[in-house]
Amino acid sequence: MVSWAERRSCPARHLLSRATFGATPAEIGAVEAMDYTAAVDRLLAHWHPQALTAAPAWIGEGPAELRRLQQAAQAEAKEKKGVDGKPLKITRPVQEQARELRNWWVEEMLVTDQPLVERMTLFWHNHFTSSLAKVRYVPALYRQNELFRREAFGNFARLLKAVARDPAMLIYLDGVGSVARQPNENFARELLELFTLGEGHYSEADIKNAARAFTGWSIERETGAFVDHPQQHDGGEKTFLGQSGSFTGDDIVAILLRHPRTAELVCEKLWREFVSLAPDRAEIKRLAAILRTGGYEMKPVLRAMFLSPAFRDPASRGTLIKSPVDLVVGSVHLLGLPVPEKTQLVRMMQGLGQLPFDPPNVKGWTGGESWITTYTLLLRQQFLRRMIEATTVSSMDGNMTSLRPDRRADRKAPAPAEGMPAMEPPRPVEGRSLRNASEAKLGPTLAGADPVALVRTLLPRQPIDQVETGKAPGAIVAAAMLDPVYQLK
Amino acid sequence: MARILLLVELKGGNDGLNTVVPYADAHYRQLRPALGVARERVLQLDERVGLHEKLEPLMESWKARDFAIVQGVGYPGPNRSHFRSIEIWDTASSSTQTLSEGWVARAFEHAGRPKGPGVDSIVIDTNSLPVMGPDLRTIVMQDAENFLRQAQAMKDNPLVSDGGNPALRHLLAVRREVNAAAAGLRDKLRAAPAPAQEYAQEGPLGRELDLATRIITAQVPVVAVKIALGGFDTHANQAPTHERLLGLLANGLATFRRNMVAAGRWDDVLVLTYSEFGRRAKQNASGGTDHGTAAPHFVMGGKVTGGLHGSYPSLADLQDGDLRHSVDFRDVYSTIARGCWGQPVSFGQRQVQTLGFIAA
Repeated sequence: MVSWAERRSCPARHLLSRATFGATPAEIGAVEAMDYTAAVDRLLAHWHPQALTAAPAWIGEGPAELRRLQQAAQAEAKEKKGVDGKPLKITRPVQEQARELRNWWVEEMLVTDQPLVERMTLFWHNHFTSSLAKVRYVPALYRQNELFRREAFGNFARLLKAVARDPAMLIYLDGVGSVARQPNENFARELLELFTLGEGHYSEADIKNAARAFTGWSIERETGAFVDHPQQHDGGEKTFLGQSGSFTGDDIVAILLRHPRTAELVCEKLWREFVSLAPDRAEIKRLAAILRTGGYEMKPVLRAMFLSPAFRDPASRGTLIKSPVDLVVGSVHLLGLPVPEKTQLVRMMQGLGQLPFDPPNVKGWTGGESWITTYTLLLRQQFLRRMIEATTVSSMDGNMTSLRPDRRADRKAPAPAEGMPAMEPPRPVEGRSLRNASEAKLGPTLAGADPVALVRTLLPRQPIDQVETGKAPGAIVAAAMLDPVYQLK
Repeated sequence: MARILLLVELKGGNDGLNTVVPYADAHYRQLRPALGVARERVLQLDERVGLHEKLEPLMESWKARDFAIVQGVGYPGPNRSHFRSIEIWDTASSSTQTLSEGWVARAFEHAGRPKGPGVDSIVIDTNSLPVMGPDLRTIVMQDAENFLRQAQAMKDNPLVSDGGNPALRHLLAVRREVNAAAAGLRDKLRAAPAPAQEYAQEGPLGRELDLATRIITAQVPVVAVKIALGGFDTHANQAPTHERLLGLLANGLATFRRNMVAAGRWDDVLVLTYSEFGRRAKQNASGGTDHGTAAPHFVMGGKVTGGLHGSYPSLADLQDGDLRHSVDFRDVYSTIARGCWGQPVSFGQRQVQTLGFIAA
């Protein structure tokens, strides 16, 4: 058995398990070699606002063009019949783009060199929710994701202003049709309840007046870009949170940014996402003060959070439940498993209750203990067993022929460069069980790690079920991944 | 004998005014000049109100007098947040109180249900709050065969400790629940006959009702099964969406009724719809409706006293543009807790107004 007592001296794994999607022995080793504060600073130091993964081709398409394509596909589906006389299945552009968008982001989470940026992008997606199911104009969701990545640890004030004019948000919360004559309250209500103040800090009248202030903000039908229609704006006097004036949407945002609850609400959510499910009022107030007095810059508050005693307390290790994205992306990353086709991973996230770009409602994913129900716990175990069965390295190192041929258009298997022999590092291969093959070798991410290091990499605390470290490495990895503790971070 | 509650959540806030339509009221036409349901598209129930024509499949039940419509259901101090309001409905709290246990679980607080292996309620949806609580053993599943197969692969170890970690405690508790529930369900569900009439396959509702039917015909001793139909948050371009949803709901429930009758179990079940709120009386500029308050809800079952119950909220006496409720939702729950399960529960009401929709 592994002695867990020694682990208490190692905060590197804990930091990476919360700030990334999970870390390999090499990644943990690199952080272990540094001073803890320096490691936190490095996580926050260099970042680029662009994704590494190439954007889908259609991101520039306007909604009008997309509507034409969609109608053409529907017409085609009606006309064409297969040999059996049944209507042919024609993939409609919106569904196809939605699939490509989700695959694109999951790919980015897997290949990124700055996983904390992706974590924060996901954090903002869960704060300023918008869903494809409602928006149905996929390029807008792509652009919103770009905005979240650009401000991943940028500036919350700037982000809030941008979100209020964000086309996906304008569609999602019905700002698009909100006009002076009849303002739509949907965005105003969620702005106050979920994005800034939280329930109990405003009245129904505040919602109605805020809704009036945002009237006239819409999107251009042809391009899908933000547009301000002054003639649709209610320029009248409004009273909002005790102040009166002929407010515009920007005025409402400015008033909300002056309200102390806004920073508190953001810090409450950060705390729950990164530190603990149990709120610590004093610490959240301290972090909120840092956020507010620092002009809503995100870096100082993230830094203070990762350096906080509560975060660093060894008792807090393994007290958060991995989200479906954590579990899926983290497991693929940890095992170094090549997954050229991401659709299956996305489908698993959906089954587990977290389909990217489709939060269940405007409040986003509840997370925490609600990730684990009788249904999702069983599905998580099924997913992990499938991963384990798919993870042995072929005995013919570097031979790619046993990989199944690409059947789908987006299976982008890396083709060997011109004139280069197809010499690749050994890669795990599907269809050979990690558990049963005693000669099994692990992929490059885990190969060479001793049994104790393997268990410590995979688990945040002592396993619940027996993990026998005397067994073959493959069997140890399998046992650790199926242990309930693997669900924790 | 205790009856089984089939709880049907209409997610997003169903528009009660276009479900049970006050077709004869001039105010209705004024409030909804474009969105109002035309008189000829209403199935008249009396001289004042009628069902939207898409609910036609439910007329069989209406004529058999086992379909009750409780009008104007709501609560004082209505909250218009989806999340807060559904929490109020799910836990039977007042609007100023936050409770963490569901109302069905609360109804069994002093009932001394067995604690060992087994299952008391099954949720075929993602929101399980109404049945969550220490007094009910609840499981969440989407499909029976998958559930049983996966449960078999996850063995339990009763001797482990969570070391004071709440997340781990939760994980281990769920694991134990799965094992206990699977033990009780395996033989029964595998032997359950297919429903007499197949459910329509559009959307997940048919699949949910199919599993609910099998659970009930297999004599699994549950007190409640929960399903849901989503998409009712119709802020914009409401009519086509709402009509499609009403059609799905009516078809599904009509088929469920026929299946229960065929299996000889219609007297043992009670169907209840609920939703976080109704919608604003006045239509909005986007061809939709915003979050409102009170709404009518459906109760069906072999022992239900059909007809209209409660009174339709007045459209001439709105409060901030919203309907005033005439029936407190906790009275609906109290009536069901007593009539279905023999549990006298008041849900914090000083005086319970028992409603007449369950035959004595």
